[in-house]
Amino acid sequence: MRATPLGPIWLSRRARRVLPATTLAFAIGLAACSSSPSSTTTTKASTSTTSPSDPYAQADLHAQAGSLTGAGSTFDQPFFTKAFYVYNQQDTGVTVNYASIGSGGGIQQFQAQTVNFGATDVPMTPVDISKATGGQVLQVPVALGGEAMSYNLPGIKSGLKLTGPVMADIELGKVTTWNASEIKSLNPGVNLPSNPIETVHRSDGSGTTYIFTDYLGKVSPAWAAGPGTGKSVSWPVGVGEKGNEGVAGFIKNTPYSFGYVELAYALQNQFTYAEVKNAAGDYVFPSLSTVAADAAQKPNITAVDFSIVNQAGATSYPISGYSWALVYELQKNQALGTTLVHLFDWLTHAGQAQAKTLDYVPLPANIQQLARTTLLQVTGPDGKTELLTTS
Amino acid sequence: MSITATIPPRQGTLRRFRRLLEVPDGAYRGALGAVAALFTILLLAFVASMVIQSRSAFAHFGLSFLTSTKWDAVHTHFGALTFIVGTLETTFIAMLIAVPIGIGCALALAFAVPRRLQVPLGTAVELLAAVPSVVYGLWGLLVLAPWMRQYIEPALAHITGGHFPFSGAQIGTGLLLAGVILSVMVLPTMVAISRDVLMAVPETDIEAAFALGATRWQVMRKVVVPSARTGIVGATTLATGRALGETIAVTMVIGNTPAIAHSLFSTGATMASVIANEFTEATEPYHLASLIAVGLLLLVVSVLVNLAARLAVRSVSRHRAIGVGLL
Repeated sequence: MRATPLGPIWLSRRARRVLPATTLAFAIGLAACSSSPSSTTTTKASTSTTSPSDPYAQADLHAQAGSLTGAGSTFDQPFFTKAFYVYNQQDTGVTVNYASIGSGGGIQQFQAQTVNFGATDVPMTPVDISKATGGQVLQVPVALGGEAMSYNLPGIKSGLKLTGPVMADIELGKVTTWNASEIKSLNPGVNLPSNPIETVHRSDGSGTTYIFTDYLGKVSPAWAAGPGTGKSVSWPVGVGEKGNEGVAGFIKNTPYSFGYVELAYALQNQFTYAEVKNAAGDYVFPSLSTVAADAAQKPNITAVDFSIVNQAGATSYPISGYSWALVYELQKNQALGTTLVHLFDWLTHAGQAQAKTLDYVPLPANIQQLARTTLLQVTGPDGKTELLTTS
Repeated sequence: MSITATIPPRQGTLRRFRRLLEVPDGAYRGALGAVAALFTILLLAFVASMVIQSRSAFAHFGLSFLTSTKWDAVHTHFGALTFIVGTLETTFIAMLIAVPIGIGCALALAFAVPRRLQVPLGTAVELLAAVPSVVYGLWGLLVLAPWMRQYIEPALAHITGGHFPFSGAQIGTGLLLAGVILSVMVLPTMVAISRDVLMAVPETDIEAAFALGATRWQVMRKVVVPSARTGIVGATTLATGRALGETIAVTMVIGNTPAIAHSLFSTGATMASVIANEFTEATEPYHLASLIAVGLLLLVVSVLVNLAARLAVRSVSRHRAIGVGLL
């Protein structure tokens, strides 16, 4: 075997020829790095004149110059991006940097206090909260979403009728063809094909999966005892695709497929989706109003009892859920804390108009009130001064 | 062109410049030693932090983490066997396709293609390496998957009469598609390195073989490829390393089902894909630790594959061969 030209020979001969140039380039690189300007955050002074009837709303738009950071849920990201921009433009001068790194990462960063707020699709558990280093945690519902049960059946438009138990049986692999008697009996007169159902689900952990499996667990004992409820579950059948766009792409490309897609995504892409039978026994299409009707049925949600799937009411669409913001009850910086609570008070009230433009479901009035009650508990460093004020 | 070629001595400016920066040998050695140590320390720190963060998963699940096929965050049961198998399967399919095509392509570029086409064609192959993997994934999901479902999978199933390895539902996404996408992604590595190694075979050896009356094919088979085989094994190792760790493109086309496949049409999951899928929302107990443990296993598998390749190189390089320096 020929000896490889490594070691001292290589060092003394070739390295000497190459190194000076490399060293110089490295030095120049370092100089360039150190001379780059430090990032500047500009904050505008505020001169708001908006005066709705809501006394808090005026205060929301008062001068609260500052820069906040948050991290978490990807579901919230389009809404947050737009809402924070609008808030900044309304002469508040508040800039918010939101990193949509996923709920898990958001909770971790919030626990370690590297961000001012976190956002998560499923509230923090008591175990999660015990790991938070900043004291008592408050969880505020900020966004509401529903899920469309989408399918690709050549020749069949939106409006196939499905029930929770039948969907659970499809996902459990008990109902395997489109013309199975369980589906046929719900859709008399519809010419259902005999092809196998190609089910698709989210492969990435997601709040969307949590809401869907939460629903399946509530309507099907077999699902509750089997795969159960979670952000990623062990699916008995079907294909996993990453993200809403992955699931949507699969359904679009695959005839006879069936899967759950975020409502906003299904509405914006003109998907075909099913009418789902709700707890009152009525078949309901998913829409902003039917999801809101479902959510309004349960005004007393808490971070422990937060599930709103399968609520009563004739117009309730049963597959829906909240996304949550995380803030510490005791704010160590009075000014930033004040900015934070007013931002979220705005976000859960006037800011919901921005949610609607992006096909998120605006929070029902009773939940807006709940958000405010929660934010009123936030205090300054002394533990007494309420930060959310009307003036 | 050759990998072991030395940099030609340059005169004039460089020499004057070097004199300006003349530093004793010891200083160079110190600087280079520091750089080498930095990477070693980084690697060790990297492994150490993964070990620390995955310790709770290994401690809780023990050996069953390696032997169990159940991956269930809801019921806190994590076993990585399906992902290990999935990674090895997709990599194997990819190399099965990429190695013969890669060597053939390298031979063609080095000897068969007219000289003025060598550079443009070589550049075209190398450009494939510059395509971001998410683009390969999108192409696989939106273009190749429907083709697979409509034409290729029915044709393959027809060949075996719907039996192993082409059995089951034909949905496009799955192990086969993941393997095909991976093979396209590792081809540039295969081709570029093999071509350089093949072109470094001494002209005199080739001429001698021709002088003995060998045909073109005989020269390739008996002279060129044997002297370049170490380099080709090296190229295969590098390509395998990429296939083992490729994440996003595989995630998009493999179907993400944590179950051991029973057919090439089956959907599956790899170690890299499960990490990409579940890392961001892993809030359940042991979930994050288990994912990091899977990452550690991926590192171990990669090292083992690399070691195997080194052994393979050692066994084929008893004689003088080109490209030993690669490994």
